[in-house]
Amino acid sequence: MADTADLLKTPLYDLHVELGARMVEFAGYAMPVQYPAGIMSEHLHTRNQAGLFDVSHMGQAHITGDEAALEALITADLSVLGAGEQKYTLLLNAEGGIMDDLMVSRPFGADGGIFAVVNAGTKGKDFAHMRAGFAGRGTTLTELADRALLALQGPAAAAVFTGLVPEAAKLVFMQCGVFTLDGVEIYASRSGYTGEDGFEISIPADKAERIARLLLSDERVKPIGLGARDSLRLEAGLCLYGHDMDEDRTPVEAALTWAIAKVRRERADFPGAAKILKQIADGPAQKRVGIKPHDKSPAREGAEIVHDGEVVGMVTSGGFGPSFGAPVAMGYVRADLAKPGTPLELMVRGKPRAAEVASLPFTPHRFHRG
Amino acid sequence: MTTRFTKDHEWVRLEGDVAFIGITQYATEQLGDVISVELPDVGKSFKKGDEIAVVDSVKTAAEVYAPVSGEVIEVNDGIEDAPQIVNDEPLAGGWFVKLKIADKGELDGLMDEAAYAKHIS
Repeated sequence: MADTADLLKTPLYDLHVELGARMVEFAGYAMPVQYPAGIMSEHLHTRNQAGLFDVSHMGQAHITGDEAALEALITADLSVLGAGEQKYTLLLNAEGGIMDDLMVSRPFGADGGIFAVVNAGTKGKDFAHMRAGFAGRGTTLTELADRALLALQGPAAAAVFTGLVPEAAKLVFMQCGVFTLDGVEIYASRSGYTGEDGFEISIPADKAERIARLLLSDERVKPIGLGARDSLRLEAGLCLYGHDMDEDRTPVEAALTWAIAKVRRERADFPGAAKILKQIADGPAQKRVGIKPHDKSPAREGAEIVHDGEVVGMVTSGGFGPSFGAPVAMGYVRADLAKPGTPLELMVRGKPRAAEVASLPFTPHRFHRG
Repeated sequence: MTTRFTKDHEWVRLEGDVAFIGITQYATEQLGDVISVELPDVGKSFKKGDEIAVVDSVKTAAEVYAPVSGEVIEVNDGIEDAPQIVNDEPLAGGWFVKLKIADKGELDGLMDEAAYAKHIS
């Protein structure tokens, strides 16, 4: 086991250790990378039944007051974010680079402000950037450091969760609300980052272990570590911050243009709008694509992508897709090569390996859209 | 028929002049689920310490180094088709290659089971 003595711990640390997790450092936290069942088994269990993920390292915040100050930093149209709704959006720097991807929602009703969930590795920077943008504008960010966050994902997630929280059955994908689970007030949204139906559940830190144990007491639910979380999101074609997107990539390059609200494009009032709107009009030089290696060796992050003897990009996420049954990858290529079926070569251990551009996702999304 | 171990978690077991080579149980536990193994061509010679194979798991890739020098006389095709054998029985059916050993004296520099157990503890 890695030396995790100096790392931050989530409220579920003791439970992870008790369940036999191998703990590793991730974004300054001691996190479970896998449990004794192993990544392959955890991945397949999530696709077939339900997996429980501790994502308490992620940043949770409550934003109240004038929302224009928040909107100015992101790509969403908050005026159409109704009570009980959630949106995936992007925090951009002044050059249109992606500072983070985040979820914004209104679980507390129309006048209750915004609940935001940001990535663990970027939360300090995100919150500082937001607070700086909010200063003097009547907007307040309160970090909810006293809350844990669980994700329950997979085809059995709805049956398990609504068995405990019947009112949550009314939620469809990207809807949210405040509910009671075993006497505890929770904020839950029907969302996740595995491509499966499921829920993300914010719980007071001191009740998190009790709720996690309750969910795990259902035989359909198994604990899942970061290893399988990564392979699940990669198969689902979802970007991992710091890998498939970062401050040097715009939403257009990252194939996330859909996350820029139409009205925001029309108003050209988001950070880096001039650059991004030009990229939308002219096309970017590089674009994120799915890549299917033809042989059995996975191409990992950092592998060069070659076309006709020329380096045309880089793999940003790569590994084996347990449900796909073969290696899978994502990366950036020259935009004229982004069409599915385009032949490529991936440099793996110094040798070119045949591959092709593939449609994303590798495994179909199974979100509950009602 | 003693099995010897390297600090890089390979094992080697001599049967006559033939050295069976694989990776240890500890190595498979660190790697997690093995999903592919790249094996060398039969007839190729390796010096002790050369990269002789590569193991990919869901999580990562790891090089396997020749624990002794010699010529590859057979590779385990079975693990190319069913790489999980490496996880299931790393010291038996999960062997990687058979080398015709060049110098049995090289075995003396490797760890026995007790020393290896201490190495990984």
